[in-house]
Amino acid sequence: MLEIKNLHVQLEEEDKQILKGVDLTVEAGKVHAIMGPNGSGKSTLSYVLSGRDGYEVTEGSATLDGQDLLEMEPEERAAAGVFLAFQYPVEIPGVGNMTFLRTAVNAQRKARGEEELSAADFLKEVRGKAKTLKIDADMLKRPVNVGFSGGEKKRNEILQMAMLEPKMCIMDETDSGLDVDAMKLVAEGVNALRDEGRGFLVITHYQRLLDHIKPDVVHIMADGRIVKTGGPDLALEVENNGYADILAEVN
Amino acid sequence: MALPQAKQTATEARLAALTMPDAGCTRGAREDALARVLESGLPGRRDEYWKYTQPDSLISAEALPAAVFVNDEPVLFNDLDRLKIVFVDGVFSAEESDELSLDGVKIDRIEDICCKDIHWAKDLYGVLEARGQSPVQRPLAALNTAFASDGVAIHVTGKPSKPINLIYRHASPTSDAILHHVIRVESGAEVTILESGPAASRFNKCMEIEIADKGTLHHVRAQGRDHERRAATHMFTRLGAESVYKSFTLTANGVLTRNEQVVELTGDNAVAHVAGACVGDGDFHHDDTVFITHDAVNCESRQVFKKVLRNGATGVFQGKILVKEGAQKTDGYQISQSLLLDDDSQFLAKPELEIYADDVACSHGSTSGAIDETALFYLRSRGVPVKDATNMLTLAFLAEAVDEIEDNALADEIVSRLEGWLARRS
Repeated sequence: MLEIKNLHVQLEEEDKQILKGVDLTVEAGKVHAIMGPNGSGKSTLSYVLSGRDGYEVTEGSATLDGQDLLEMEPEERAAAGVFLAFQYPVEIPGVGNMTFLRTAVNAQRKARGEEELSAADFLKEVRGKAKTLKIDADMLKRPVNVGFSGGEKKRNEILQMAMLEPKMCIMDETDSGLDVDAMKLVAEGVNALRDEGRGFLVITHYQRLLDHIKPDVVHIMADGRIVKTGGPDLALEVENNGYADILAEVN
Repeated sequence: MALPQAKQTATEARLAALTMPDAGCTRGAREDALARVLESGLPGRRDEYWKYTQPDSLISAEALPAAVFVNDEPVLFNDLDRLKIVFVDGVFSAEESDELSLDGVKIDRIEDICCKDIHWAKDLYGVLEARGQSPVQRPLAALNTAFASDGVAIHVTGKPSKPINLIYRHASPTSDAILHHVIRVESGAEVTILESGPAASRFNKCMEIEIADKGTLHHVRAQGRDHERRAATHMFTRLGAESVYKSFTLTANGVLTRNEQVVELTGDNAVAHVAGACVGDGDFHHDDTVFITHDAVNCESRQVFKKVLRNGATGVFQGKILVKEGAQKTDGYQISQSLLLDDDSQFLAKPELEIYADDVACSHGSTSGAIDETALFYLRSRGVPVKDATNMLTLAFLAEAVDEIEDNALADEIVSRLEGWLARRS
């Protein structure tokens, strides 16, 4: 499903190489985790895949079901099925959460040539999904992420994911800033979306999140490359021994 | 003191083109106003108060022509039950207006009160305008008082069941209109005044509003989409104890607009909110000049002005809060912000506070910026196309000003106009 080949990326504004040849394939129905120390390029990978400005791809490719993601605008990638759950969800004063969600859902449907959801159908769907994530009506009415707690922001990301039903979910340190209960809630939300047709790329520092979202494959990223790939046990190894051993072994 | 030669010449040229109406009970006020004009002269480019806005086309002897714009949108406020008072190129149209009768208000034309020796409006006509000449001179308002050819006097004694809509229709490309309205809201009375339309090629409008204790006046205005029209408007408002004044203005297009609001809080616990949203393109120049005087205890004032500018448009904000000695517990707030959609547009702001009381809370802020790139990416990453996302963020920027309108139906009408403006330019 998601195929990344020899991806090299540098910052547009300065001549600094961040990704130095990433190779990664995420199959439909699988959950891949990427772990790695600070500054290894994990977040950059998520931004490059979702189309954020400021990065220049100098070599390599990234495709989703054969479509070249790197040629697309961010909204086209979204319509093609890419979803990025932000590490720091953005507050947008003046835009209602509900309006935002409905605009996004219908924009994607329109881009795919599908019929737009009616107000009533949308409302029914969003209410049901919000309830499972313990998002109350008040949160839906408030401006996007404004005044939300850390946990509420992350649950709101998962709600968006649930409404947009992407093929490829990229989660950038979704566990950061969450207490144990909030993390469980978020993980339950994600697990409910696990599906044969959907791939996940879960970026995290800690093994903790992976207790709740069980990965099929774990990658270790360091200095802009994937340096080691293994099963769920690899995450435990990191948790017990830190990154130093693995990095020493690779070098 | 003699005026500088250029100012003297310009003032004389403008006055030569005007005739004072036969004025009855407003004669004294008109003659006094003319004396003020002669003393101060009309505004010139070198006047500090006109530093950011060129007054030349507002004071020239003849108005510059302005093509009549045919609006393809539905008529504003058309779905609301309202009392219509229509002026075509600044002349009252009995044909297009409703019967000027409504429970709780008495409406007279200025022309009619001019025939009378005694009328309530005599104590208001030109009075607040004259008070508003200090500490800053406003010669275009004095000119208006002296030469206004039409307008209405609205006496609000109760709570009329529907808003009063002053509708200004621009019909001739060379029209030059001077309108003067006076409104008195009696104790405990409440009214909503709507104004809509571009009025004329050149429009000088003055409105004097006196709100007695516990009275309330809501004002919502939309200045029309005429591209070439020019307008200078003044609103002078004096508030009694526990009275409320809330005013909102939408300006979309118009080559030159100067809207002055002069508000005096003279009774304790009074509340005054003035807000504006403007959207402009190209050679658009829009100036909000506000002067709020706190002269009583425990009063609240709010100024919220938002401007969206693109393709070289210019926005100006001059806003002052003056807190007089003894006006303790004043709560004053002022925010002026611009959203610049490109590098060619500019926003010029001069926020001022002058405070002589020691127990007050006053704040002001002014910002100028572009669309927030992070927010834009967030919306796009959810599938919202870049133009729609930009429009959503632009409307969100304007929302704080539009939110000042209390009535939801009116606010929705204003939002629909803003959406229309954005859609036409996407």
